[in-house]
Amino acid sequence: MKYVDEYRDGALARRIADTIAAEVVCERSYAFMEFCGGHTHAISRYGIEDMLPPGLRMIHGPGCPVCVLPVGRIDDAIRLARSPAVTLCTYADMMRVPGSKGGSLLKAKAAGADIRMIYSSLDAVRIAEAEPGREVVFFAIGFETTTPPTAIALRAAIAKGLRNFSIFCNHVLTPVAMRAILEAPAEPGAPPVAIDGFVGPAHVSTVIGMAPYHEFAETYRKPVVIAGFEPLDVMQAILMLVRQVNTQRAEVENQYIRAVTAAGNLTAQVLCAEIFAVREAFEWRGLGVVPASALRLRDAYADYDAERRFEIHTVHADDNPACECPAILRGRKRPAECKLFGTVCTPETPMGACMVSSEGACAAHWSYGRFREHQRLAS
Amino acid sequence: MTAPSELKAYRRKLDLRAGRVDMSHGSGGRAMADLITGIFRAAFANKFLDQGNDQASLPMPTGGRLVMTTDGYVVSPLFFPGGDIGSLAVHGTINDVAMAGAKPLYLSASFIIEEGFAFADLKRIADSMGAASRESGVPVVTGDTKVVERGKADGVFIATAGIGVVPDGISLSGDRAAPGDAVLISGSIGDHGVAIMSSRENLEFETAIVSDSAALHGLVAAMLDAAGAQIKLLRDPTRGGLAATLNELAQQSGVGFRIDEAAIPVKSQVAAACELLGLDPLFVANEGKLVAVVDAEAAVALLAAMRAHPLGRDAAIIGRVVADAQRFVQMTTAFGGGRIVDWLSGEQLPRIC
Amino acid sequence: MCLAIPALVVELLPEQMARISLDGVTKTISVALVDNVAPGDYVIVHVGHALSRIDAEEAARTLALFAEAGRLMQAASA
Repeated sequence: MKYVDEYRDGALARRIADTIAAEVVCERSYAFMEFCGGHTHAISRYGIEDMLPPGLRMIHGPGCPVCVLPVGRIDDAIRLARSPAVTLCTYADMMRVPGSKGGSLLKAKAAGADIRMIYSSLDAVRIAEAEPGREVVFFAIGFETTTPPTAIALRAAIAKGLRNFSIFCNHVLTPVAMRAILEAPAEPGAPPVAIDGFVGPAHVSTVIGMAPYHEFAETYRKPVVIAGFEPLDVMQAILMLVRQVNTQRAEVENQYIRAVTAAGNLTAQVLCAEIFAVREAFEWRGLGVVPASALRLRDAYADYDAERRFEIHTVHADDNPACECPAILRGRKRPAECKLFGTVCTPETPMGACMVSSEGACAAHWSYGRFREHQRLAS
Repeated sequence: MTAPSELKAYRRKLDLRAGRVDMSHGSGGRAMADLITGIFRAAFANKFLDQGNDQASLPMPTGGRLVMTTDGYVVSPLFFPGGDIGSLAVHGTINDVAMAGAKPLYLSASFIIEEGFAFADLKRIADSMGAASRESGVPVVTGDTKVVERGKADGVFIATAGIGVVPDGISLSGDRAAPGDAVLISGSIGDHGVAIMSSRENLEFETAIVSDSAALHGLVAAMLDAAGAQIKLLRDPTRGGLAATLNELAQQSGVGFRIDEAAIPVKSQVAAACELLGLDPLFVANEGKLVAVVDAEAAVALLAAMRAHPLGRDAAIIGRVVADAQRFVQMTTAFGGGRIVDWLSGEQLPRIC
Repeated sequence: MCLAIPALVVELLPEQMARISLDGVTKTISVALVDNVAPGDYVIVHVGHALSRIDAEEAARTLALFAEAGRLMQAASA
């Protein structure tokens, strides 16, 4: 596959790994957070951890919108889907996320709810057009990468004059979440987690460009390197971060030059600004309530807002009290340090944000990396 | 006076073009007899079935041990690129028998048909089964038909059984893998699952990939000829893909595996379709491939024998068995780092994350 | 949730749609978010939408940078 295979070359990987090993300063450690779940998945799937020097640690951030969607919102989606008149259209990733009381969209579907897994937001519009007797609700989730596709779907629905289409909007914002991570108050008695820099999201950045990351460089003095999704991109970005740290720089750099421009995708930005407004606050699973961190439909589009059409009032639901996701999402604990990991909490029976999707830190560690715990113990 | 030759038979032919199965076809009456004769007996014609009894009387094999398997086929969609539920049922059942190193001898097929199912589709399935059965040399010797109300079956379900004979001296079993053994695969992975997914409405992608559904007993016979005494086990990686098979074997044999990702054959269109959907080919079903675990010294000879067979052209040695108290299937990625290959969690849904 | 894949635009279709190909696997997607897409372009595809165009020169430059890192390494250790 062009623009894919070349970026997975093992020989080049070894050379970049050697370069990283040569350039890390022995006397210090490095901790970088890859914000985006896609990067977490790439690091685990390709075994990149094995190729990094011992003093360099990757912290898995909360950039997985499936993971951070609060339980209450899943419950809302399940409740909606159970209405006989409603056809809920959702991305496949959401099907197995557990709500409170052990429910999920997959279980609701098995019990007879009309839930359709779709690949593109436009599929939901197509269904609404083809089935005028159904109330079609699109369960919209995702960071800034996935928001413009929702906007396109809404525009298409309006153009077709559809009266039976609405959006349950759960889009969330990346830079705000990154700030929340950095401002997380240190637990009493626990050492603050030093994050030395960020591997910036790949495709969020194709949309928002580089400007939103400047505050992390300027105000927080943290380097940010925007990286592509392929494993060589990730390794190159890690090398660039090491170099910034070694030379005491804190800049926003772009490794993903083949797809990310400084300005981002202006068409997408303009469209989203027209359709969405920033919510005052939004609850994130594992992070708590974060102000100005999510989007809702503007009042002009109230007719298409499922929350208004169906009078949805989200009820907060707690995660298992032993769940360590809040600490894991901030890099304070590793998955294996959570009491529930691997026993009560597994990909089949996820208890919290970090296990619910294959991009969460715990799911990635379970599915790809848990053999390293045994290697650690054995050595 | 009417001459005997002019007496009518009073048999109504099935309307194979527009007719549909209804509850009378499962009731044991004339309608059912007509269905069986018109569709199934026509497709599967062989001397055992033609005995016309509720059971088949079969000659007792001399020597060796009997092998028996049973399977259910509920694939959706019923017709897909490279096959259908019928051919799949024949191939899959034969393969289960063949994985014991046995020569498959006889098949049974039981049909549970939904009221309203079109005769044309049923005939298409039966004819496909008949063709697969003849090509493989394994007859369907007995069968059954039931009809259930609309909505109680997804078109048609097929349950099968297969019988074979494994010669003395061959003893393949999932608990025989031992540290040092080599692991081989007979060809590319993921073809069947991708072919099925490409036929599912909600995914809508176009690809030239067809299911790899095939009967493997000929390949198995060639493998036994080349290295029979040294083969420890054979298994076909169907649902859950290669990942499920390796994890099952690790548990059964109490060992670990060390696999080399770069050695696993994957067709470029299968890799591309998996990328598009966010799937990992390791978890995608195969219906015409097998995994073999063999003494290390015999690996090269076995590989040559497999590659000499039409169904093993892309065979490869993909790793080895190791001692591992945790029963991990560990893989060196093509990129160079390590990961484990775990069981698939739940059903593999297309990932977009 | 950013799984996105670079794919070749094979054909433009009405209503701002296009047919893309990834190693011969084809799919119809929306190109409404990327201006002036033409057959022969490579675009990043996410959930059925093109998000940006791949810049071929920058792609080549990236590969060159990977290789350079290794070269400097070998030179340093020589």
